Amino acid sequence: MVTVEIPADMELVYKRPQSLTETHTHYCPGCTHGIIHRLIAEVIDELGIRERTIGIAPVGCSVLAYYYFNMDFAEAAHGRAPAMATGIKRVSPDRVVFTYQGDGDLAAIGTAEIIQAANRGELFTTIFVNNAIYGMTGGQMAPTTLPGQVTTSSPTGRDVETAGFPMKMAELLAVLPGAAYVTRQAVFDPRGIHRTRAAIKLAFQTQLAELGFSLVEVLSTCNTNWHMGVVEALEWAKKHMVAYYPLGDTKVSDGVRALMETR
Amino acid sequence: MAKELLEGNAAIAEAAIRAGLEAYFGYPITPQTEVLEHLARRLPEEGRVFLQAESEVASINMVYGAACAGARVMTSSSSPGISLMQEGLSYIACSEVPAVVINIMRGGPGLGNVAPSQGDYFQAVKMAGHGDFHPIVLAPGNIQEAIDLVVLAFDLAEKYRTIAMVVADGSLGQMMEPAELPPMRPVRPPAERPPWALTGARGRQPNIITSLYLEPEVLEEVNLRLQAKLQEIAANEVRWKEYSSEDADLLLVAFGTVGRVCQTAVREARRQGLKVGLLRPITLWPFPSARLAELAGQVRGMLVVEMNAGQMVEDVRLAVEGRCPVRFYGRLGGIIPLPDEILPELERLDKEC
Repeated sequence: MVTVEIPADMELVYKRPQSLTETHTHYCPGCTHGIIHRLIAEVIDELGIRERTIGIAPVGCSVLAYYYFNMDFAEAAHGRAPAMATGIKRVSPDRVVFTYQGDGDLAAIGTAEIIQAANRGELFTTIFVNNAIYGMTGGQMAPTTLPGQVTTSSPTGRDVETAGFPMKMAELLAVLPGAAYVTRQAVFDPRGIHRTRAAIKLAFQTQLAELGFSLVEVLSTCNTNWHMGVVEALEWAKKHMVAYYPLGDTKVSDGVRALMETR
Repeated sequence: MAKELLEGNAAIAEAAIRAGLEAYFGYPITPQTEVLEHLARRLPEEGRVFLQAESEVASINMVYGAACAGARVMTSSSSPGISLMQEGLSYIACSEVPAVVINIMRGGPGLGNVAPSQGDYFQAVKMAGHGDFHPIVLAPGNIQEAIDLVVLAFDLAEKYRTIAMVVADGSLGQMMEPAELPPMRPVRPPAERPPWALTGARGRQPNIITSLYLEPEVLEEVNLRLQAKLQEIAANEVRWKEYSSEDADLLLVAFGTVGRVCQTAVREARRQGLKVGLLRPITLWPFPSARLAELAGQVRGMLVVEMNAGQMVEDVRLAVEGRCPVRFYGRLGGIIPLPDEILPELERLDKEC
């Protein structure tokens, strides 16, 4: 840890959130997981809930997220984080519970668990990171891979005739009465990052106010498995991902709307 | 408390409540659905958590979550449902959180049928999921024992931070007989959850519950620790019952409902002049191997009777190590072997050994 005295005429405006550990992450250079981790940590700090928050890591690139968040954490089986979160929250209703899941975890193997948890209106928050590919296993087609997108398991591009269409989870979950707040954001530029942070905060506030299930889908990049430079990946995502996955809220319940108005 | 006429599944469910069950997650499947139905009514009455999950996969992962939070938690199912839980069981075993699982076994493989079976012996005892682990496996022979073993299951699961599985067959789940329920234990308040539990890192370092160890040397250490714990369980928790074994020169070995049928077979064989005894394992894992090895020096032969194609018989043979002949008689498809079928097998054993 490097400690620097702040000169008397200066103000500390940026520091590591208390909700993050002082650890180098294993994420690839250019990966947006680090940004999303930081946003969650900032929100948890701001809401003053770190000491009563329990996080659940998925199977996927963020499987080791428990090393990076400075709070109680469990590591779930692939896709089962929403079931685990249900178990934790039901026996600890005064704690804050969140799952951090990728697209393979949430939109393929764990589809049943996330839909059923949302439908029950489970009082936890899901941060759903959609980068349109399986990162940890080395770049296979995800449920969210775009039509025509080349991956190691769709070498000629995703053929929607045989592989089906990319899953629009934010839209799918929005129709469930138990879901109080569902939104899709992107961390491709500072404005998007700022909006994502506000969405994550609202999602946790939805949980704290016991209004129902809350989910923030965060469009993300995987420059490594997309075989692109960092900037190129961000530009590709802005152009192609946002076109298929429109940004914005897909579900705002009356309770959440009231919450938004009081902010 | 006085004895009352109880149905097996309801008795198991009520015993769990009396043992301090805080939360139950489950999915309907015959012939154990009455466990779920009883808890659906009783747990909310007691102000505790009942949730019908969308699948057995979800059930076991809800159990995993609640166990990580330090709550006393249980699920129940029957054979095909337990197969769906095996992934979660493996995670729970590696994470070393306590959980109780009830399996009211039915005929298999596949969808099989809903008749009583012991076809899941291997699954429970040898391979409850991927990787190296054993749950503690308790096999009641009657409803009173089922009640007592459910209470014990919670205590053992918490003592060793492991899975305790109670395996009974559909007949035990569905039958009624007089039994006595234990007194109601107070539920442990959330403030008294164990120090390793995920309760929020207030004034302490974060707790992490994981089954991921990327470094082979670290995972080997974790496995060695798990194995040491299993050895401790094997040294301390073996349970069985013997009937007329003192002077026996032929021994029946059977568990659960079949053990009960074999008690009748022992009586009738004795009436015919055969000196037959019975050993009924109560813990299927750990297995009463040492006692069977002793008895192998006393008897001329053993007959293992099961409602499967011959599963526990392998453990009996491993225990006996060839010191006496070990024969097998089994019925499949959900059929309970009757004393009339077992007696001729004992007569043959008597002639041939």
